[in-house]
Amino acid sequence: MANTEQEILEGLAEIVAEETGLPTDAVVPEKSFTDDLDIDSLSMMTIVTHAEDKFGVRIPDEEVKNLTTVGDAVKFIAGAQG
Amino acid sequence: MTAARDVVVTGLGATTPLGGDAPSTWAAALAGESGARTLDNDWAEKYELPVTFAATIKVAPSEVLSRPEIKRMDPSTQYAMVAAREAWADAGSPEVDGERLGAVVSSGIGGIWTTLDGWDTLKERGARRMLPMTVPMLMPNSPVAYVSLELGAQAGAHALVSACASGAEAIGYAVDMIRTGRADVVVAGGTEATIHPMPIAAFAASRTLSLRNDDPQRASRPYDVDRDGFVIGEGAAVLVLESAEHAAARGARVYAKIAGVGLSSDAYHITSPDPEGKGQVAAMRRALEDAQVTGADVVHVNAHATSTKVGDLTETKSIRTLLGAEADHVQLSATKSMTGHLLGGAGALETLFAVKAVQERLAPPTINVDNPDPELQVPLVRNTPEKLPDGDIVAVNNSFGFGGHNVALVVASA
Repeated sequence: MANTEQEILEGLAEIVAEETGLPTDAVVPEKSFTDDLDIDSLSMMTIVTHAEDKFGVRIPDEEVKNLTTVGDAVKFIAGAQG
Repeated sequence: MTAARDVVVTGLGATTPLGGDAPSTWAAALAGESGARTLDNDWAEKYELPVTFAATIKVAPSEVLSRPEIKRMDPSTQYAMVAAREAWADAGSPEVDGERLGAVVSSGIGGIWTTLDGWDTLKERGARRMLPMTVPMLMPNSPVAYVSLELGAQAGAHALVSACASGAEAIGYAVDMIRTGRADVVVAGGTEATIHPMPIAAFAASRTLSLRNDDPQRASRPYDVDRDGFVIGEGAAVLVLESAEHAAARGARVYAKIAGVGLSSDAYHITSPDPEGKGQVAAMRRALEDAQVTGADVVHVNAHATSTKVGDLTETKSIRTLLGAEADHVQLSATKSMTGHLLGGAGALETLFAVKAVQERLAPPTINVDNPDPELQVPLVRNTPEKLPDGDIVAVNNSFGFGGHNVALVVASA
């Protein structure tokens, strides 16, 4: 069952908020995980693990480095659910 | 008389079965409260656990720490962080160069919740679902690592492991760091979070736990003739230790001194103490010598006394062997009767109790001693606190661990 991009954004924001303590409304598509949200590589992998679980997708390690912004991740997950 | 490199205690923090901080824990101990309760879960039925109670922490860390902290720290680290933050604030958040600040926080068992949760995840869902923070959460140095990160402690962060003596050994090591000039301030203590069905089953298998399921609050009864084992507890205690010179320069409040450290190992049996108490006597003797005091100066001992048949008596025999007739002037307290056994946290919590006892001149009670064991060889503080003398006084905290580790710390009035 595919989610809309808005649903994916909301779900991802919840995961990021749990991991970082940031408010969910700070997690918007244009934000960079590292530069804006201050997420280190270990936290990023934690977010990826939870996102795979939540959205039923596989995000390969070699793909994670391409997910610069929240929007990149939303698009990748939507495509993977396709 | 206080010398420059003497080690003083300037901050206290704790989260225990008796309270979410040091003052409430101490107040509950003086009031003779028990922190033991029936477990509110299905473990007994699900796993056929023979023990259905424990001394669980009074205030959940989730009420104190942020949600991300809870998610990236094993419970053993969460407890240590709560206690360390309190101790640091209590010490007045000293201004100290990070290179002169150390941290020594031990756990006897380590991040066992994380270890076992990780194993469950692997078995049930495979390696892809393993969380990346698993290793830094389960490693036994995780509590001290997080404390050092929090405070910027760069003089060294250490986690000494000696089972139920770990918390006391941590404080002993911190004393050495200050005396040898490697640090001016050291945050030191112990933590444990093992109220999980696997360790409970394992301790029960070794026949060391009390089975008094119908009366949890009366189960931990060191020195009572009907004692039948220890009550597993959880929590942490952390002290801020400081050179007397550093504390004086910043006008810090001083609770007491850690005047002596004595260490020994039995090399006798993996779990049983040497019945002659040779190692215990050696640890206490070394601690008194280190503090340059004699048995006549000792007015109070916080016993390791876990409420086991053999262990409790071996310790009082050791005290009598070392102090001889002077043991008649000792007020002996077994605070595990109230807190349960915090394992790696126990030595730190009981040192905290000894510090408060010396500062307030009050020995905390031992509860549940309806019929004192006739072989008990030292006067026991029962039910209500006992006044300790005025003037310069000395207390000893004993902590012993599976593996034959013996630690004695001498706490002296400031």
